[in-house]
This record gives sequence, structure tokens and C-alpha cells, in this order.
Amino acid sequence: MSATGIGAPVRRKEDQRFVTGQGRYVDDFNRPGQAHAYFLRSPHAHANIRSIDSRVAREMPGVVAIFTGDDLAADKIGGLICGWMIHSKDGSPMKAGPHPALAQGKVRYVGDHVAVVIADTLAQAKDAAEAIVVDYEVLPAVVETASATKATVAVHEVSPDNTVFNWHLGDKAAVDQAFARAKHVTTIDLVNNRLVPNPMEPRAALGEYDPGNDNYTLYTTSQNPHVARLVLSAFIGVAPEHKLRVIAPDVGGGFGSKIFIYAEETVCVWAAKKVKRAVKWTSDRTEAFLADAHGRDHVTHAEMATDENGKILGLRVHTIANLGAYLSTFSSSVPTYLYAPLLSGQYDIPAIYCEVDAVYTNTAPVDAYRGAGRPEATFVLERIVEKTARELGQDPAKFRKKNYITSFPHATPVIMTYDAGDYHASMNKALEAADYKNFGKRKRESARRGRLRGIGFSSYIEACGIAPSQAVGSLGAGVGLWESAEVRVNPTGSVEVLTGSHSHGQGHETTFAQLVSDRLGVPIDNVSIVHGDTDKVQFGMGTYGSRSGAVGMSAIAKAIDKVIAKGKKVAAHVLEAAEGDIEFKDGKFTVAGTDKSLDFASTALQAYIAHKFTGEQLEPGLKEGAFYDPTNFTFPAGVHICEVEIDPDTGVTKIERWTAVDDFGVIINPMIVEGQVHGGIAQGVGQALLEGTVYDSSGQLVTASYMDYCMPRAIDLPSFDVGMTMTPCPSNPLGIKGCGEAGAIAAPPAVINAITDALGHEDIAMPATPQAVWRAAQKSVTKLAAE
Amino acid sequence: MATVSMTVNGQPVTADVDPRTLLVQFLRENLRLTGTHVGCDTSQCGACVVHLNGEAVKACTVLAVQATASVVTTIEGLAQGAELHPMQAAFREHHGLQCGYCTPGMIMAAIDMVNRKGSNLDEQTIRAELEGNICRCTGYHNIVKAVAAGAEAMAQAPLREAAE
Amino acid sequence: MYAFEYHRPTSVRQVANLVAKAEDAKLLAGGHTLLPTMKQRLAAPANLIDLGQVVELKGIERSARSITIGAMTRHADVAGSADVQQAIPGLAEMAELIGDPHVRARGTIGGSIANNDPAADYPAACLALGATIVTNKRKFAAEEFFRGLFETALDEGEIITKVSFPIPQKAAYAKFRNPASRYALVGVFAAKRAGDVRVAVTGAGSNGVFRWTQAEEALKARFAAKSLEGMSAPADNLNSDIHADAAYRAHLIGVMARRAVQAASSR
Repeated sequence: MSATGIGAPVRRKEDQRFVTGQGRYVDDFNRPGQAHAYFLRSPHAHANIRSIDSRVAREMPGVVAIFTGDDLAADKIGGLICGWMIHSKDGSPMKAGPHPALAQGKVRYVGDHVAVVIADTLAQAKDAAEAIVVDYEVLPAVVETASATKATVAVHEVSPDNTVFNWHLGDKAAVDQAFARAKHVTTIDLVNNRLVPNPMEPRAALGEYDPGNDNYTLYTTSQNPHVARLVLSAFIGVAPEHKLRVIAPDVGGGFGSKIFIYAEETVCVWAAKKVKRAVKWTSDRTEAFLADAHGRDHVTHAEMATDENGKILGLRVHTIANLGAYLSTFSSSVPTYLYAPLLSGQYDIPAIYCEVDAVYTNTAPVDAYRGAGRPEATFVLERIVEKTARELGQDPAKFRKKNYITSFPHATPVIMTYDAGDYHASMNKALEAADYKNFGKRKRESARRGRLRGIGFSSYIEACGIAPSQAVGSLGAGVGLWESAEVRVNPTGSVEVLTGSHSHGQGHETTFAQLVSDRLGVPIDNVSIVHGDTDKVQFGMGTYGSRSGAVGMSAIAKAIDKVIAKGKKVAAHVLEAAEGDIEFKDGKFTVAGTDKSLDFASTALQAYIAHKFTGEQLEPGLKEGAFYDPTNFTFPAGVHICEVEIDPDTGVTKIERWTAVDDFGVIINPMIVEGQVHGGIAQGVGQALLEGTVYDSSGQLVTASYMDYCMPRAIDLPSFDVGMTMTPCPSNPLGIKGCGEAGAIAAPPAVINAITDALGHEDIAMPATPQAVWRAAQKSVTKLAAE
Repeated sequence: MATVSMTVNGQPVTADVDPRTLLVQFLRENLRLTGTHVGCDTSQCGACVVHLNGEAVKACTVLAVQATASVVTTIEGLAQGAELHPMQAAFREHHGLQCGYCTPGMIMAAIDMVNRKGSNLDEQTIRAELEGNICRCTGYHNIVKAVAAGAEAMAQAPLREAAE
Repeated sequence: MYAFEYHRPTSVRQVANLVAKAEDAKLLAGGHTLLPTMKQRLAAPANLIDLGQVVELKGIERSARSITIGAMTRHADVAGSADVQQAIPGLAEMAELIGDPHVRARGTIGGSIANNDPAADYPAACLALGATIVTNKRKFAAEEFFRGLFETALDEGEIITKVSFPIPQKAAYAKFRNPASRYALVGVFAAKRAGDVRVAVTGAGSNGVFRWTQAEEALKARFAAKSLEGMSAPADNLNSDIHADAAYRAHLIGVMARRAVQAASSR
């Protein structure tokens, strides 16, 4: 392994600009003459808009324009879309209500977009927004997930009972049979708490229109600028695709929330042409809480059947998934195809049946958030597995091992075919690292200090790099899920890689360059990664779902192969040898069996000067592109073990120890991969202990700032012991599985299993706040007293 | 309008601003020093931390006019030419950042931590002292390592300078 | 933020003159409550009078019997003061628990008590230690000063100049933070002086800071955590919110009181 090649912990190339304050995020861009947009948002969860009177506001200082939904409609601007069609059990398509960028007659959640004020300064825009008089007819709000279908009002006319779809997966009859012959059945009721993604950089959009060329430019905080351009042009219709340039420069975290195409960027691009000035909007944190797509929000009942030997026979799951007030861009896929197919986890479960009822409520739209469906599935499975083991009186690690899948490929009853893995290896390594055998000693020591100690496992599986496109298309996806790359070798031998992936913290500028350096023998400093600009980069699908390594880098690898093939042709002409005799190794094209060689840079130069071959023999230049569509999902998996100590006096849970052993297949940069694991665990611990989104009964968001929504801080977390095992992924040329979401998927059940272990009963919801744990600990104390 | 004058990263600056201009707005919009970020509205996330007269403060909760006659250092003012400040170098070396958005505030807070608490910082101290800085990417694991290493390097740096 | 006129006086007298003249004026101390409130457009003073240059309001003085802290003295200065650490270590520790390091580098004692946020820490210290709040016009005993949520005995335009804390025999503060905001969900300051014990509770009361007299009585017999064993505060007038309901707060008051007394008596 070279110091900068595959497997090396190369320090990140992008960090030079980030540590010196030279990163360029959307809000750092300003265009000459730009105006500022401020969105007047609904203060009500559900209301009819009788009228909007902006006569006074329009006359206020600095006001450029005020627009409402009527203005968008007049320009035939379409609504926001949901790009994944789900069909209900009865074959009917999901019930998609209208989703205008600015409300048309009705608002459906607090924060919904009523009007936009464009003014010379943001302060002026806010002043004018306060002067707009909106006459609302307030309607009752549908807020609760579990009871949404029983509400007396409908969020959308298209769905009188607030059902979006009733979907299912698996073999119901087989599951019924499994339960009929079960020795033991474990049941569990769970809530997967609603989360707000909270990347530290709030969303922003800066739209600009060039009348001379009829060109539009949008700077936006996007994880997938090409998809944004496609949706804004083909569906919403703000600009033709070839006339719209979307730039997603440095983006300060996304975690899913910046995949989607929102009202604000739509309005900024459209309004820029209307007012003939660049229009800029930057979200403040409260707006982010109100209007960024939220995550999770499931209510689930699950049942697990086991036989007399403790083998799992079947799993039955019913979930109600809250999709909020509108169907966000990929919302429908999250509680369906990103959820139920994961319910087999690492276990050989012969029969699984899952029903999902998706509902509308008067709350912010819910869509993919780090893990997207997979954390929800893992939470259900790992909680019920833990509970089953406890009810059977079996050690939870042994119970898991007894039920692990051991041979591959393995077809689950929920459409997945796992290609590779070694679940025992991860568990064994994790048990060792967590010093599981001495846990009892530590528990007794805690008890002596009046503290409750618990240990919790999570044997998660993830499905990343959703693919192939044909398969996801058959499941309802509106897009393909391949990735593109172009490798441009310059005459000097330096290399630019244009990738359809987008980096917003993942370190692609380093890891992608490592691949190029490794394959082409080019110094890593001579490799640039270009992304995030639709005028520079060919169409690509962007970064989410832990796909950029497995899919994005595979596309680069394919393009590199083509560059090498072309380079061999060039070298053959220069070295006056047959193409078949040219070998490429260590950055040199060599005539096999001779010392005749041409280094990579010279080959590039020869390709461009084209002095050694004719146009009929070979095209000049050295630049190749590739589109890579994987043959399967990838299946990262691992074991996380969480050890907690609870102070029963206050209910404070302290994580004493965190052990993670993950199998991500081949790793390009272990430093970056470990960083991804750390961050994922932190978000998972946040979900388990700290973060809960609360709407009151009228649909007001109670947790709309960091004063009430608890973000994990350094003091809330321990250092993590992160280890790896490795089975290469056979479904892509690099053997990569993906690592971005693993921690967030694994962590919540590990924490809750540890807490329930400490408490000695199962009755605790997420987030397990000090109050909740204290209250639950009272039950433990009462129970102990009774025994 | 009000006139503000202060020294930012060693340069004297003067400007007429609306009194309601926050220090962070002044830095970002008037001086185009966009390394200082805004991540919340409630003085909690710390993305906007700068040094005001040598102490870390949240630039989103200080008016530019309040900083009149003060000395301000931002993330852009730390490196000596091409040479990174030891804390910047430590964040890079220990992968103490991912998306980079919280990073300027983290680094400014970390240097202030060393100034107040010394260069021998244990994990518990670092975690407690990072109370005012939120990171959503790293889980803090590598930030804690970076701060500890940066603190040690800061202790070495003056010695090196003295020796030279 | 709405527009305002900014003033930068350098003496208490100038401040008083400005306050008298300027319409709808607010005093700006550390700004860590007022500025966020103004940013949210929940406060809209026409005139903002910055106390930052009023040097006479800053500083800590120690006498044989008391510690006197200027209104514009920052939390970081109180936490780091050798005089405070020696004379009333519990007060220095309390100051170190306010907000975060950056907040402590700006926030001031005067700002904190003038605002009388029901979850602020200083009101508990003032009440438990029997502090005297001195203004440009008069003096208040702490129990006269704090009057419910965000309300004090200050007249319009009255300026807090300093706060004087009698040095107790023993005192300590125990704080249970709101996990999100890091304000006090429950904060208990316990202090023992010659012939008097006071236990002041912040963060929990639906009418702001209050004294837990039942605990005070129990501690008068013996100032030890054991004296409070099993006790929790009455839940009647306590706050309930998403982070803690009244019953949990009542329980936490007992726990924090025991921890404060334990810390105070183990010095």
C-alpha cells in the first residue's frame, strides 16, 4: 500500500481551506445587486387562507416584490414532487396531495410557505412580511401519527382519512403458519421518534437570471445538484434543464435533509427572473426546524415467533409512518422499500410480513434522514430480538449468534439477497473488545455505588448503494440509481475527476483522489475532484444512502480502466509495440518483457500532441467517462455494544463504553471511515437519549430551536472504540460496501437495549431523557422492592 | 448609522453600519471574512466564535458597535502565511472536521480553551469546555483528540519560536 | 432585529441621564439574553444603552464580611476570581456553570439578575446568600428584589450598580441542566450562615426563584445532606414542560439540595 493509495489514512486535501476559513458555502456567495427573500410562514398547522393583503407591505422601504401562490400559478410553475410511486396492497397508487411552493388557499403545517417578500435587505423583507395581513380560517389540526386516520379533518382532499397508502411486503400466510407452530411469541410496541436533521449549515439558495443568454443559476445547499436541476426543470418548470445551472459548493452537512427539492430554491430561481435581480435566501435555525424535512416518526407493533430451540421462525410488523403534510421528494420510499426489506437483519428468518400505513398529518414533511428506513427497521428488529432473548432467558449475544445467517448469497423473505458477510466474526471481535465477560463485575461495582449498569447489543445490517436502476424502477423509483464519472487527464499528466457524487463532509476530494493515485500512479496532489456544478459535471445522482464509495467510486474506477486502455493504445504507438504487449503498472506503460516504457505524464502528453499516430489510427486526447449501475445493493453490517450507567436519583444515563465492529468491505481511507462511524453513532445516540421533536396538540412545533431540541454535545458522548472486519463486496469492482449511515442505524437499539438491561424492564421510549429514565427507574425500584 | 472602528486580524477597519448589525454580520458582509459562520439563533452552536480582545465570544450575540475599539481575531487571522496555527494543523491531522461548517468556531474555541486552561487538557476537560460548540458530523471523538494535540503543540510552538 | 439608536456612555451618571431622556430605552449589559430576544423581534427598544464602557460597574471587592461584585462583572471573572473562590467557593462554582465559556465571557451578574429569568442561576445565589442588590438609587435585600417571572423591584430606568454577598460559613450550588438549553432545569443554592440556613431554588418555580423553607428548617437542626434524606419539594407551584414535569422537578429539587449541602459541608 502506498502512502496515498487505497487503504491509507491520507489526511484530507479539503481541510486546508476548511481550517483556514476559506470554505465557500452558499451563504458566502453574493451576487451584484442581489435582493433578499424572506418567507412569510404559516403560524397555523391547518387553515384556509381567505385572503392575503400585502398592499401596505408593498409600499414599505426597500421592498422589491411580494409574491404568493397565485403568482406562481399564473406563471404555470408546478408543485413540488415526490419521486417514488408506492402502490397500496389493493393496487391503487399512493394518494399524493398538491404541494405548491407557495400555498394556494390552504396551509398545512406551521412553517408552510404563505408568501415571499423580496427586498433590498433581509431586515426590510422581515419588516414588510410583518405588515402582510393574512386572513386565516383556522381548521382543526391532525398531529398524532397513531390516530391520524381517525381524525375528523383531512389534510388533503385526495385522502379523506389521511392515508397515503397501505403497503405491505412479505408472505402473510407463511408468517401466520410460523406463528401457529411457535413455542414462544414476543411482542413489542415501539415509537421511532421524529428527528430534525440539523446539519450545522442551514439551507440556503441564491437564484440569478441572465437575460442576455436566458440563463439561470442557482447556488443551493444540495446533496445532488443534478437531481435538483432535473426536478426544477422537468417537473416544477422554473427553467429549461439546459438553461439552468445548479451549483452546490461546499455544503455544511446534509444527512438527507439536503437531498430534497424545496419551495425556497424553487422560488428564488423563479423570482430572480421576475424581479431582474439575484435573490438570496438563507434559512435561520428556527426556519430549519419548521421547514426542513424531518426524519423517522413511526409507530410500530411487532411480533416475533421462536421455536423450542430459540430459533426465530417468523416476524410480523405493523407500522404507521407519518409523512407529514406533504409528500417530500423521496418520502414514500423511506418507510417502504428502505424499511421492510431490512427487517431480516443479520438473521435467518424464514418468514416475514410487514404492513405499513403511511399517513398525512399537519406537521413538517418527513423524508430520508441518515439511514432512512434502515434505522427504523433495525430498531424494531434489534429491540424485539433483545426482548425475545431476555424472555427466553438466553444471553442476547448467544441468541443472536444462534440465528445469524452464515452462508452467502442468502435470500431473505423480504426481497433482499445478501451477497457477503461474516456476522460471527464481527460479534466475536466486539465481545472481546467490549470485555463482555467481565460485564457482571462492572455491574456489581456500579450497584455498590447505587448506579444501574446495563449493556446493549445491536447487530445491524444496512443496504447501501440502492441498485440496480432496473430493479428500483420496478419498485416505483422515478430515477435510476447509478453514478457517473469522467476522468480527464491533462497534457501534463495531472488528472481531474468529474463526479456525480457530492461531498458535504465525506471527504471525496481525498478518497476519490486516493483511488486515482492508486490506479494511475499519479501523485495525489496532481488529482482534482470536481463536483457540485451542473455546468462542469455530467449528469449524476448525488450523495446519500452511503452510495458514493460503492457506486460513485465504482464509476470512477470504470472510467480509469478506460483511460488505461486508451493509454495503452497511445503508448503502443509511441513505443512502437503492439497494443497487446503494453502493460500498465506503477504509473508506467511498459512493453512486456522489455525495459521500454513511457510514464503516465508522457503518455498523456503524447495523447494530446498526437504526433505518433494518425487520426484514423487513434483519436487524440485522454479523457474517459463512465456510468456505473451496480448489480445489487451492498450490505454493510456490524455489531455495536453500548454500556451505560444510570444514576437512578436523577435519571441521567451516561454512556460508559461504546464498541463498534463494522464490516464495510474494502476501505479506501480508514481515518475517514472511522470518522463516519463516530458521527453516525453520535446521531444515533442523539436519537436514543436526547433528540425528540414535539408538536403540541394544535400542531405548534414546541422544539423549534436549540433551546428545546437537544443536540448531542461533546460532554454527552464518550470516545468510541471502533474496529473492523472485512468481507469484500462482490457486487462492485472495488469491494466497497459503504459506511456513512452505519452508526446512526446501529446506535439507537444498542442504547435502549442497554438502558432496558439496566432497568430490568422494557418500558422506555426514545428519547430516553433523564425524566423518562428516572420515571422508569422508579418502576425498577418498586419491582425490586416487591421481589 | 453608526461608525465602528476596530482591529480585525491585525488590520484597522472602519465602517458605517446600521447599529443593529451583529459582529458576525459585520465580519461576513462588510469585511467579507466568511470563515465565521452562523448556525443558530440562540447563542448555542458556536459556529460564530471569534476572539474579542483575546477571548472567545459568540459573534452572533455581540453588536458590531459594541466591538468598537476592540481587537478581533477570526479564523482567517490564525495562520502565519502558509503555516497553519498549531490548532488548525491538529484539526487537520486528527480529522477533527468533516463538513467544515462548525470548524472555525471549534478552532477558535479550542485556542481560547488552551489560553484559559493550559495546554495539558484531559478528555473530560475538553468535552466540558466544548459546551458552547455543536458539531453534527464528527461525534466529537476526533475533535477531542485534535484539541488535546493542538494544545500540546501550542505549548511547544513558543519554545520553538524562542529557539529560532 | 428592529432598528434602534445606540448609546455608549462611560459613567453611571451618563447612563442615568440617557435613561431619563431616551424614549423606550433598554440597558445592554452582556447582551446574552437581550440580543437574542431582539433578534427574534420579541423586544424592540428604541434606544439601546450599552453599559460596556462604564468602568465603575466592573470589578470584585472583598472585605472581611462580604464579596461585592460590580453589575458589569462577567461570569468568567466571578468564576475565576481568587477572592470569590476563597471567600464563597460555591458562588465561583455557580458562575462557572452558567451557559458556556463564550457566554461567560460576555454575560454579567447585573444583566442576569435584572432579567430575573426563572431558569437563571444568579437569583438562587442571591437569595440563598442573602445578597444586597445596590442600584443608583437604593438597596434591596434579595428577597425583596426578585418578584416573579422576569420581574424585579427595579423602577423603570433604575440601574443595578453592584451586588454584595455576605460571606457564609458554608455554601454550594448544585445544578441540573436543561439538556437542550443548559439553563437550570433545577438549581439549588444552599448556604449556612451564623444562625441561618437558606435553600434557594431556581429553574423550577412557576413564579421564579424561591426558598425551600421546609429544607431550611431541616438543615437548621443539622447542616448535612442526611437531614434532607427522602425529602422532595412540594410540586404545587412548579413548572411542567417537555423536559420535566412538576413531579420530576420536585424530586430533583430534593436531589440537588442534598448534593449542594453535601458539597458545601465537605469543603
